[in-house]
Amino acid sequence: MAEATAAIHGEHEETSTGLNNRKLLMWAFLGSDCMFFGTLIATYVVYQGKSIKGPYPIDVFSIPVTSVSTFVLLMSSMSMVLAYAALRRGNLSSFRIWIFSTAILGITFLGFQVFEFRDFVHEGLTPKTNLFGSTFFTLTGLHGAHVTLGVIWLLSLGFHSFKGGMTPDKHLEVDLAALYWHFVDVVWIIIFTVVYLFGVFPGIN
Amino acid sequence: MTTISLPIPKRPVHPTGVWSWITTVDHKRIGILYGVTAFIMFLTGGFEAMYIRAQLAQPGQDLVSPEVYNQLFTMHGTTMIFLAIMPMGAAFFNYIIPLQIGARDVAFPRLNAFSYWTFLAGALMLNLSWVLGGAPNAGWFGYAPLTSSVFNPGHGIDFWILSLQILGIASLAAAFNFVVTIINMRAPGMLLMRMPLFTWMTFITSLLLILAFPVITVALIQLLFDRQFETNFFVPAAGASPVLWQHLFWIFGHPEVYILILPAMGIVSEIIPTFSKKPMFGYPVVVLSGVIIAFMGWMVWSHHMFTVGLGPVANSVFALTTMAIAVPTGVKIFNWIATMWRGSIEFKTAMLFAVGFIWLFIIGGLSGVMHSSAASDAQQQDTYFVVAHLHYVLFGGSIMALLAGIYYWFPKITGRLMNETVGKINFWLVFIAMNITFFPMHFTGLNGMPRRIYTYDSDMGWDLWNAVSSAGAFMLGAGILLFLYNAITSARSGEVASADPWDGRTLEWSISSPPPEYNFEQIPIVQGRDPFWAQKYGGVAMVPVAGGSGEDAVHHSIHLPQPSYWPFVASIGIFIGSFGVLYINAASWIGVAVAGIGALITMIAIYAWSLEPVNDPDDGAAH
Repeated sequence: MAEATAAIHGEHEETSTGLNNRKLLMWAFLGSDCMFFGTLIATYVVYQGKSIKGPYPIDVFSIPVTSVSTFVLLMSSMSMVLAYAALRRGNLSSFRIWIFSTAILGITFLGFQVFEFRDFVHEGLTPKTNLFGSTFFTLTGLHGAHVTLGVIWLLSLGFHSFKGGMTPDKHLEVDLAALYWHFVDVVWIIIFTVVYLFGVFPGIN
Repeated sequence: MTTISLPIPKRPVHPTGVWSWITTVDHKRIGILYGVTAFIMFLTGGFEAMYIRAQLAQPGQDLVSPEVYNQLFTMHGTTMIFLAIMPMGAAFFNYIIPLQIGARDVAFPRLNAFSYWTFLAGALMLNLSWVLGGAPNAGWFGYAPLTSSVFNPGHGIDFWILSLQILGIASLAAAFNFVVTIINMRAPGMLLMRMPLFTWMTFITSLLLILAFPVITVALIQLLFDRQFETNFFVPAAGASPVLWQHLFWIFGHPEVYILILPAMGIVSEIIPTFSKKPMFGYPVVVLSGVIIAFMGWMVWSHHMFTVGLGPVANSVFALTTMAIAVPTGVKIFNWIATMWRGSIEFKTAMLFAVGFIWLFIIGGLSGVMHSSAASDAQQQDTYFVVAHLHYVLFGGSIMALLAGIYYWFPKITGRLMNETVGKINFWLVFIAMNITFFPMHFTGLNGMPRRIYTYDSDMGWDLWNAVSSAGAFMLGAGILLFLYNAITSARSGEVASADPWDGRTLEWSISSPPPEYNFEQIPIVQGRDPFWAQKYGGVAMVPVAGGSGEDAVHHSIHLPQPSYWPFVASIGIFIGSFGVLYINAASWIGVAVAGIGALITMIAIYAWSLEPVNDPDDGAAH
């Protein structure tokens, strides 16, 4: 149908509200995902300090290391914005630089996470160890899964540009990926605060 | 990441036959698929109920073993809620919503097909458990730690977890679709406060689904991890709270209750004005009370947990919120009654079912208010009194309204009227049998008969009313079979229906029965509420959007979304992958491999889907 075809090509389309269908879908999905992470974080908070044996957060967390990976993920949001701006300007090579930078920053973040998980396992913390392990690995692991999907999406857009698939009128494709990416980024800020910073704060555990 | 060069097969072109149904993206066909599948599942769940009632007809029977009995009531509840009532609602969403808002399809036709096939995968998955090592047996709410592998080894619970996850994906995809469709695909002039009430209730239901399902998704992930990877979410020995599951489940579960009843209320709000020949009394209030119900539905979940021991403060708060949520529901009932007041009422079968709905829903609502008092609920918790209540709202409420909806929209969908004589017998049989079955449960419940017991002694004083309930249940089964008979014979050889057999008010009655594939030759311009009624009697024309005659529209400028294989393939991937997850801890590497294959199939399908244009560029003229 005409509207849907227009949506694919990122042209102006006639909807009741003037909002693009797919963009609205993405916002609805993010609303749903808020409840998803909300439930995971709530479980983490409910079980905070309830583990009956260690290791505890304070034994394993390294705030400096996680701060670096947090910084990396935050920077990826900036390069995401730059990629979007480049595509709107029609500067394809700049778009590629920034979209792949975003993906690489995402991969770096995931690398940190893998490294961190391995480290924790060496210190005797697995999902089976205690409530902290179960809630921590499930929450951060599912966040990592979101980042992984995002990286695949960004790389797909990047490679698609070599096939001539990315033109300024396709900016919606990048816009949708960017919305998702920024959301995953914001969720990490909450996780970093609630899990990591509160985790080493004396008096909480 | 080289999937860009994936060879994309040609678009399916099958105008008829099985493939045309598998690849269809037409919301009307998908609606029919949903409806037929849901009705088959309804019969399955009903068969399980018959089995239960046969076992309980007399004291001390052993038609089934206690183990099988546990599986029967679990499957009965899960099937009726997730595989019968919800998808039957989805069938109406699919078929009716685009017609009511003046659209040619939903916003995402392929996503819609994906919802249906994924729902079917979940339905198959759940029922395959019967033959693959035993069905789930811990009740439809699957309380952990009862469902943890220590207390519940075997695969029944794993089937339950995974099929609910799959059904969650299907429901979420459908809910996203309908939210976007209703916000964005309305015909010009179809303002929010001009939308038909069924569309409004669908909109509210979809928002509830979007926000409620992730909660159960997380709870099920946690339970799955506990069972497959030995995490500690529901292991009290590790310090876990045995109440966490109950909170998470009911935070989902209570909005879910409104997900089941709001579409029913929407259907009734269409039927009553039509057969009373009056506009809906207090339309804005009905909309607003629906919104308030949806909002307050989030604040009452702990009334399912009054006997858990949350303390007097929590119990008092939830008792008050529960009493308060009865208010907007009561408001709606007065609106329906006031709509009928001094109307020229025509008791067609659809109207009978709708009025029956009001009657039965009031009874169910009243026993619900009785539960809201925490002190009184302590006596009723886990007794047949609760079973009576929930069947009055789910059967007397949801199912009666869904049957009303089928009688009402059947001529629109099939082009033939359902037989009114059989229909009236059908109504009275179902209505009377329903009361014979479920009303005595109030008595057995207050006499202390617990839920979920597979048999009882004859010295408990429960014999008479159980026998009555069982007799009623078999009458009810006969009533449903009579309905099926009526539907099948009417679809084949019923009286041919006109476009507008009921003298309707909304846009779906302005087009032929059944509607053409493109629904509206010309998109109407809506000037007010009940636009078709206004056109017929008020002389308010629905001016079509400028641009060509109808003939022109049919042949040149209507581009319908084309069929696609990919939604079906993506659902198959999910189905296969879930089987892998199911057997991860039994046959580790095979499970992982199968899960990987399923994920890969879904991934490929999603890539192909996103690279496939909605319409092929070489299909007809550019628009």
